[in-house]
Parts: sequence; structure tokens; C-alpha cells
Amino acid sequence: MNAENQAFQPQPVQSYSPREFHRQAHDALGNPQIRGNFRKAMDGLMTKRRDSFEGWDLETLRELGANIRMRALAKLPDLLEQLETNCQANGIRVHWAEDGEEACRIIREICEAHDAKSVIKGKSMVSEEMHLNAHLEAAGIEALESDLGEYLVQLNEQTPSHIIMPAIHLNTDEISEILHEKTGTERTRDVDYMTAAARQQLRERFMAADVGVSGVNFAVAETGTLCLVENEGNGRMTTTVPPVHIAVTGIEKVVEHLRDVPPLYSLLTRSATGQHVTTYFNMINSPRKEGEYDGPKEVHLVLVDSGRSSIYQDNELLDTLRCIRCGACMNHCPVYTRVGGHAYGTTYPGPIGSILSPHMMGLEETRDLPTASSLCGACGEVCPVKIPIPDLLVRLRREAVGEGRGNVPGAGVKRTRKEAAAWKGFQWMATHPGVWRSGTAVVGKLKAMMPAKLGAWTEYRTAPKPAGRTLHALVKQHQADKPSVDTPDKEQR
Amino acid sequence: MTPVKCYPPRPEKVYFFGTCLIDLFYPEAGLDGIRLLEREGIDVLFPQDQTCCGQPAHTSGYHEEARAVAAAQLDLFPEPWPIIVPSGSCGGMMRTHYPKLFAGTALEKKANEISGRIYELTEFLVHVCHLRLEDRGQPEKVAMHTSCSARREMGLAETGPALLAQLGQVELVEQARAAECCGFGGTFAVRHPEISAAMVEDKTLAIEAAGAERFVTSDCGCMMNIGGRFAHQKKTVKGEHIASYLWRRTS
Repeated sequence: MNAENQAFQPQPVQSYSPREFHRQAHDALGNPQIRGNFRKAMDGLMTKRRDSFEGWDLETLRELGANIRMRALAKLPDLLEQLETNCQANGIRVHWAEDGEEACRIIREICEAHDAKSVIKGKSMVSEEMHLNAHLEAAGIEALESDLGEYLVQLNEQTPSHIIMPAIHLNTDEISEILHEKTGTERTRDVDYMTAAARQQLRERFMAADVGVSGVNFAVAETGTLCLVENEGNGRMTTTVPPVHIAVTGIEKVVEHLRDVPPLYSLLTRSATGQHVTTYFNMINSPRKEGEYDGPKEVHLVLVDSGRSSIYQDNELLDTLRCIRCGACMNHCPVYTRVGGHAYGTTYPGPIGSILSPHMMGLEETRDLPTASSLCGACGEVCPVKIPIPDLLVRLRREAVGEGRGNVPGAGVKRTRKEAAAWKGFQWMATHPGVWRSGTAVVGKLKAMMPAKLGAWTEYRTAPKPAGRTLHALVKQHQADKPSVDTPDKEQR
Repeated sequence: MTPVKCYPPRPEKVYFFGTCLIDLFYPEAGLDGIRLLEREGIDVLFPQDQTCCGQPAHTSGYHEEARAVAAAQLDLFPEPWPIIVPSGSCGGMMRTHYPKLFAGTALEKKANEISGRIYELTEFLVHVCHLRLEDRGQPEKVAMHTSCSARREMGLAETGPALLAQLGQVELVEQARAAECCGFGGTFAVRHPEISAAMVEDKTLAIEAAGAERFVTSDCGCMMNIGGRFAHQKKTVKGEHIASYLWRRTS
């Protein structure tokens, strides 16, 4: 192995934008590598999830999970205060950030107070959401991802393509090439070799890091406990080796009781990767105590709002905040499976991303995401906390065309006079049955004049031909042809 | 999500809501559905003032327009007869979305009442009519594509295959990823044509790979999409609405 001494310097990340969804989706669809990688990975994840719930009363468990999350959200302001009080009592310092920028500033200031030059990171989607790495680097602080997938993505100057498996868009050969290119390992298909090499590279960085930054899966209000779910042990290293640990999370991650955690954990691991348990489950209660030999000397918790409290104000959109970030919705999404995570151009891709991102980035920026679903319902069917994702997609479509409650940033941005008039026309036809009947009958009679090309539809399919006579007409004929069997008695009903 | 439905005994009469796609493009499928019901001794009432359930506007975000169109359908079914819909997608709209669409409005009660009487055709044939079929057709390999709305919104993954299983000469083959969407999704196919095309391409390849000579579906949207793709590729696999298929093979 020749990897040990290769010091890798983080690079600025390659960026995608939700505004470019169509182009990014087009590129992904035309890329057999991407298509193949996602199809294979999603098929595997779907099978693993299904198998892992074998013998479980999944519906009851989902109901329980949904109720735990709904109860936590119903009491959210109180639980957050309770969490703060109990964390502080445990010696964890609590910070509140209204947006990502403020959260970045808080984290940077903690780093600066410790004269930190290098930060090691456990996996945290909230930190991705607020572009923490770029912020720290601009301040001269190096931020290195320690989750293997995140590490690879960072080496490759990309962003995660999945919230649980950030490098799922890469296959073995690509990973081998990235590691070779950036860290000097040998080109190989030997996964164990590559894992060992990355482990070796990262191990040194853990030892040298001044600050560890992690996410939080569940923050328990009644005990002030931060739960962290992970498989590689990098989460434990991040939160125990450096002298300072900063946990950063969205305000919605709080749960009321410690006893709420096991059902959510059971749902999370099975829904995400089909695991019964993860290799590591960390419960962080406090910094290093008097007489203890390890653990950070300081633990901070940064609670980020970033649009969440505005989602919270709407009794329908509120369901979005139940999410426990398992990624099952994307694993089962036929659109995500085909275009992959980067096409969405958002931190959170797939169905959950399409109902969450508009609140964070506005509908102008994310206008194409709520429609990027056939509303097949697969996401809602597998969601472990029963978020009605398809209904929320429709709600955001309403907001986008200006027929919702107007409380999502950018509401009405997609409304055009032409489209609105077309739907008004449809309404008029469909509420005037006589017009409808004669109109549809005419369409049938004129079928020879129907265009054989119907825009995008006919690029891939033949155009449907209107039938010569409508069902309305056929039924009339059918009834006229029938010998009357109705008795007067029946007619009176 | 899907409430447990308690099925009533076989009624004397039913209403038939044909759906706009069937009305315009596949009227024979609607008529065959009516014929199947009539053969079971049920009088089928077809309110001539029916138009569309309002779903296209609903899923496009045009809430007001959808509600107006839906409201125009609510008065068409005054008697307490079941309302049969030969589509899981329109059936799902009327059963699960009407109550939400009218929640808090003057029509809420009526919408709830109508919603409780909505049955998808194959659901009604299996669970209420307890339909028995005698196959008179030639041996054939057939794949069933159950629409996502029938499968997930209405919880009816089993009724179509249960009916096909009664046809002695028909071999029901299962395509890979049978539960995956065909990519139609109403306006989705128009707004995101390339993604939709990738989905329908995979669907047609899976149906072909399963060795099916024909695919049968209970939703005309899927049929238009999958069948249109097969035709575009000049493939011989044909699509048929399950009502027409059952009627053709058993009459």
C-alpha cells in the first residue's frame, strides 16, 4: 500500500442547481453508467428493506413511528426548550441558528475560539444543506468528510447523490479510479483494499483534527441525549477523538422520550439499508467528565431552523417535518432511480427533497421538482413515518400555480395566463355536460384531422386516436337496443 | 392508508362513471364493463351528464377548477347505488381525494357520501359480484399491469390478477418490477417527457421479457402510455382494458 502518506486537500465542490433539473435529468438519462449504478443500487436496497421487515407488523410499526413524530411536532416548541435545558444540565452548550448562514457562523466561531485549523466531519445532511465545508474553507479551516461515501464524494469534488449513501452514483471501478487519482492507491476491484486504504488515510486525520462536526438522528428532550446512527465508526471517532465536538441538526429532529427512540431506530435502519441494527448507535450525553479518559472536552449542539418553523405553521405541510431521513422514498422512486440524486440539484434529492427543498430554496428555484413525480405513490407507501408525500407534492403544485395558501416562498411563480386559461376552459367544458357531449362527439368525428404528432408524447409513443363515437353515444345506442326489462315497480325507485 | 372496505351484497342497480379517457379514446372498454355488470343481472345506470372526475386539474395544482369539475359530478348519483368506475386512477380520485377536496365546504357531506360508494370495476366484480368466468378464448400469455392508483391508492393489487386467473386458457406471466409505475402520471408525461419515456421503455421491455403476447390493464392512461410505446417500437404486443379482455373471452 502506498496510500498512507498522501495528504489530500479538499477541493471546491462541483455544483448542480434545481433550476437546471431538466438538463441535469436529460444528462443522467443519457448516461448508461449513472442509469446502471442507480438501478442496481435501488433494486438491492428495495429487496433488503422488504426482507428486513419480514415477520414484522410493518403497518403497526409505521403507525407508531408516525405517531411518535406527530406527537413530537405537536409539542415542538416545548420539547426544544426541554432539550436545551437538559443538554445544558449535561454540560452540552446549545446554540440556535435561524438559517444556515448563522449556523455556519456559530460553528466557525467555535472553531476560531479553539484556534482550530482542521475539522473532521461525520455525516450530516444539515451541514450539506448550509454548505458548511465551503464556509469553513473560506475562513481557512479545512473540513474533511470521514464517512466513506462522503469522503469519496469530496475527493471527487461532488455533492452527495443520496442522503444515506452519498456515493451511490459511483461504482467500484469509478471509486477505484478516484482513490487512485487523488490518493495514489492502486487501481483495483478489491473493495477490502480500498476500504482499508481510506480507513488508513482517515485515521490519521481523526487524530490530528481540532474539532469534530457530526449530525444528529434523534435529540431526546427528556434526557438531553443526542443519538447518532452510523455503520463505519467514523461517527464515534468524530464525536470522541477531537477535543471539541459540534453536533448540528434541524430543529425537527427532537423526540420527547428516550422510549421513542427504539421504534424510530427500528424503522430507520430497516427502511434505509435493510439492516436490523447499524454497527454503531451512539448516545451522546455530555462532554468528558471528571475522571474519564476520553471524549471531547466540549460538546456543542447547534439547532438550525432554515425554513423549518415556517413549514411548521401550516397544518398540512407540517407532515414534511416528520421525516427521519431514511431515504426509502428515493430508493423506491421510479424517477429518482432513473435520474439519480444530482439531477435534482438540491441537498435532499428524490421525493422528500421535492417536498422539502421548495421551503428552503423557494418555488422559483425549485419549480420543476414538485412536478417531477408521476404520483405513483411508492414513496408514501414505504415512508416509515407515513408522510403523505404525493399529497404534499400536489399541495406544492397548487402553491406553484397560485392556487394554494400562498405561504410557500415563491408561491404563484409558475402561474401563466395561458395555462390558467386552459384549465378554466377545461372547467367550463366539464361543468357543461351538453357542451361536453357535443364537443367530445365532434372530436371523434374529426379524428382523421387529429395530428399524428402530439409534442413530446409522440417522440416516444404513438398518439392515441379518439374513437369514432364516445361512450356517451355508445351507451345511448346500447340502451335503445336493449329489450326493456324494467317493471314499472322498479322504475319508481 | 386504504381503509378496510366492507363490501355490500350484490345490488339491483349500479351507476357507471365511464371516465373521460374511456369516453374519448376507449369507449368500447366502458361498454364492455357495462356488459359484464349487466350479465350479472345488474341494471347499469349511466348518467348522461357525467364528464370528468377532475383529476387532471387536481394533480396539476388547479384546485379550484378541479373542485368545480368534481362538484358537477356529485349530483349525478342521487340513489344509494354503488358507483362503478373502470379506472383505478379516477376511482382513487373520487374515493380518496373527493373528501379532502371538499373538506370544509358546503359539499363536504355529499362528497363523503359519494366517496363511500365508489368501486373500481374489477374490485366490484370480485368482491361484490363474486364473478365466475368461463374462458372461451385461445391459449395466450398475458401480463397484467395494475395501475399505481389501483394498487396503492385503492389497495387493489389483487383483483385484476384474480379475474385473469379464472381464465383457463390464459397464462398470467409476471413482468419484472410489476409494481413499478409505467411513467404515465397524467401531465407528468407531458411535463417530464424524457423521464416518462425512460420509465415506459423499461415497462415495455419487462413485459416483453416476461414473454407476454398481450398486456391487460384496468387503467386507460397506462394503456395509452404502454400501448403507445409498443406501437411506436412496432412491437406486436397489444394492450387491452381488462373489461374488454374479460368480455371478449367469455362471451
